[in-house]
Amino acid sequence: MVSVDAQTETEMPTVTVDGTEIEVPDGATVLQACELAGKEIPRFCYHERLSIAGNCRMCLVEVKPGPPKPQASCALPATHGQEIRTDSEMVKKAREGVMEFLLINHPLDCPICDQGGECDLQDQSVAYGRGGSRYHENKRAVTEKYMGPLIKTIMTRCIHCTRCVRFSEEVAGVDEIGALYRGEDMQITTYLEHATKHELSANVIDLCPVGALTSRPYAYEARPWELKKTLGIDVSDAMGSNIRIDVRGREVLRVLPRNNDDVNEEWLSDKARWQVDGLTRRRLDRVWIRRDGKLQPAAWDQAFGMIASAAKGGSVAAMAGDLLDCETMFAARRLVNAAGSQLLESRQTGMSYPAGNLAAVNFNSTFAGIETADAVLIVGSHVRWEAPLLNVRLRKAAKRGAKIFIVGPHWEPTYRAEFLGEDASVLHDLPDHVAAAMQGAARPAIIVGAGGLVAGAHGPALALAHAWNVVRDADGVRWNGFNVLHMAAARMGALMLGFARPRGLAELVQAAPAVLLSLGADEMDYAPFAGSLKVYIGHHGDKGATAADIILPASAYTEKAGTYVSTEGRVQFADKAAFAPGDAREDWTILRALADALGVSIGFDSFDQLRTAMVAEVPALGAEGLIDFGPLPAAESAERAGGPIAYPVKDFYLTNPIARASATMQRCSAELLHGEELAEAAE
Amino acid sequence: MAERAPHPDTPELRARWGSFAWTGSNAEKVREIIGRYPEGRQRSAVMPLLDLAQRQVGEETQTQGWLPIPVMEYVAAQLDMPIIRVLEVATFYMMYNIAPVGRYHVQVCGTTPCMLRRSDDIMDACKARGMKKGHTTPDGMWTLSEVECMGNCASAPMVQINDANYEDLTPARLDAVLDALALGESPKEGTQDPARHTVEPVGEPTNLAAMMHANHDYRSEWSTEPA
Repeated sequence: MVSVDAQTETEMPTVTVDGTEIEVPDGATVLQACELAGKEIPRFCYHERLSIAGNCRMCLVEVKPGPPKPQASCALPATHGQEIRTDSEMVKKAREGVMEFLLINHPLDCPICDQGGECDLQDQSVAYGRGGSRYHENKRAVTEKYMGPLIKTIMTRCIHCTRCVRFSEEVAGVDEIGALYRGEDMQITTYLEHATKHELSANVIDLCPVGALTSRPYAYEARPWELKKTLGIDVSDAMGSNIRIDVRGREVLRVLPRNNDDVNEEWLSDKARWQVDGLTRRRLDRVWIRRDGKLQPAAWDQAFGMIASAAKGGSVAAMAGDLLDCETMFAARRLVNAAGSQLLESRQTGMSYPAGNLAAVNFNSTFAGIETADAVLIVGSHVRWEAPLLNVRLRKAAKRGAKIFIVGPHWEPTYRAEFLGEDASVLHDLPDHVAAAMQGAARPAIIVGAGGLVAGAHGPALALAHAWNVVRDADGVRWNGFNVLHMAAARMGALMLGFARPRGLAELVQAAPAVLLSLGADEMDYAPFAGSLKVYIGHHGDKGATAADIILPASAYTEKAGTYVSTEGRVQFADKAAFAPGDAREDWTILRALADALGVSIGFDSFDQLRTAMVAEVPALGAEGLIDFGPLPAAESAERAGGPIAYPVKDFYLTNPIARASATMQRCSAELLHGEELAEAAE
Repeated sequence: MAERAPHPDTPELRARWGSFAWTGSNAEKVREIIGRYPEGRQRSAVMPLLDLAQRQVGEETQTQGWLPIPVMEYVAAQLDMPIIRVLEVATFYMMYNIAPVGRYHVQVCGTTPCMLRRSDDIMDACKARGMKKGHTTPDGMWTLSEVECMGNCASAPMVQINDANYEDLTPARLDAVLDALALGESPKEGTQDPARHTVEPVGEPTNLAAMMHANHDYRSEWSTEPA
């Protein structure tokens, strides 16, 4: 309805901040107005991605018109004509007062606190606090609370900002943290001190502005200023979460999320955060050759000689693992092609959905876009385990009123969703209200997960996408609601680089290659390749290494620069954070050396040349950002989905060789998923 | 208050209270209470339901009543709300007992007006009868707590025992009340001062005396000089 006032309503209010007049968006708070004016407002409880609590009082400013006292700027709407002062004597005194009260019960244990050096309270008390304390009474002490294997608590340090409570309720969707008692006695805890049981629990460590919630695996490991920080891309799922890898010496000590509103916002799954302690265990750091059924240490030359002689007798095939960067896969493709073969595959479990048109296997609506969908049909995906951060987006969509339907066995989605049945054949016979909801939606979306792909739901889902017209103009913006959710970080890159045979893994088995190059493939069944020389090029002693005849030690994702393509078709570059241990080399150098051994040329001698060659062949890999894969192809009408859907992830914490080697992930799996009562080690 | 903590969640507690369910008449009340709130806002009923549950537990145990963890879980399940939110409410308000109490819960107000009117003596009188702050007497009769202002300042000092207030206390008057309760009688609630009915002035009014019988404008008498 258009009213006469519509024009004035949409006008942006003008406020004055410290004498400077600025326009602010309608609905902004005074705090946001101050930030727009370039003023720093100290805060503890306010967080951009959480609801406003207004309970720390650190953001006090002077506002006219209004009561003649400082106002909490985070909870005060900016209105036209406000005069805001952030630099007055009153504000300075108010901040000092609030800080003094906050510090009354905060222990002076900064020298032994893991938050030291990256602590909001520390920084802000230096910037806004008084020089000393006037408090001589006893400080309050609070007992520790158990919150699980990832979160270490020192609750005496808590300043009751309730960010953790709001995060678990609003973002994670699992109400398990709460504030008990009140006033000075308020305590943050989980219900009966149960461990927090969701995939994003460790984000409260980042949110905690003080050292009350710190990282248990990282406890007393390092100070922030000792760490070398490298920008990387997470490989624990196909989201392509932006991470910062903190390294001291050669060891990755922790991984933190980087802000990227299009991908991971500022969250990170617990697995992405803590699988890195697996990087120092079960590592392959030398060449091994199987002799008389036993793996024995060997030299690179011997291994290359064996591979070269085996390759003379037949074809070479390559299987790409789930954690690979595009450069490694491109080098392998060049090598296999130069050896006269096209046997490239990446779908280790034998999936054979058509990969000729990448628009049909991409997450087209993008992660940020799926938030705006108003009807979503999920086919065979346990989203919470396959892409926890996507589930956060779906939860936002559901909160905005999206109807969400799921085909597959039940899991706890954290939002309202209707489970339509466990058998994929329900796609051919959807209940009327589902079809009506999808047809009536302005921005309908379909998400096909790995479970759905295995059950043959890809074609039928594509047919439904066309029937419901999920590619359309929505409010003048192109909307493509057809999505495939992959689980392997390497998958989209692999498909772009042609690591997909029409009939999948079966084709490789049928070809019975003389040499099978396994590039960190740890999820596949090696039994059918009994006649092949199995060369495992990877970094962890896992399933692939166990089956291998030759092991060539390579680098994990933190130990090489690389290009990754996420399941939404976003190209991102990662830097090298640390060196691989022992004799391990960067993957591409191994393949380059192998080319010499096989007597073929693959056309590059350096990483830069490799990248240039790769971008020349697949130009989309050259630029960061979303790839446009073009229009959605027509569905092959003959395909029918059928059979019960099984989710491939059986254990969220142990989905890749790094995580399986990680003590932290093993403990999470045992304690959180298998409920073992683990006696807590004495500190 | 720091000693306030939920009674430990033990197998014995589960065995005793795991099968908690509303009695017939309470189930009727629960329906009525939940019905007060609009559709989708049923969680608002958590406070009256917890109170009702505490009273039902009280009837079953012949005490003032308290909230065992399984009972809170029962209420949470009925209102379809996370149990941690119920626990937050139950621990926030002093009116909910989160650990077992005795037959009579003696809550002595110790806030300033009561303290000025010698609530310390009242507390001592309770202690003289064998009560200990935060504990229940061995016979299960008395639980003693110190609480903040109950809003009876005009008839201070006061105690609240279960649902009744006893005001204008002296140690002797308190003893009389507690003796009567111990005998199973119902002593008179409210002021224990025989000269008072409610909180009217004792004797002649000392303040605003000129207004007793007619309106009186005091403003002309205000002194502008600092005292």
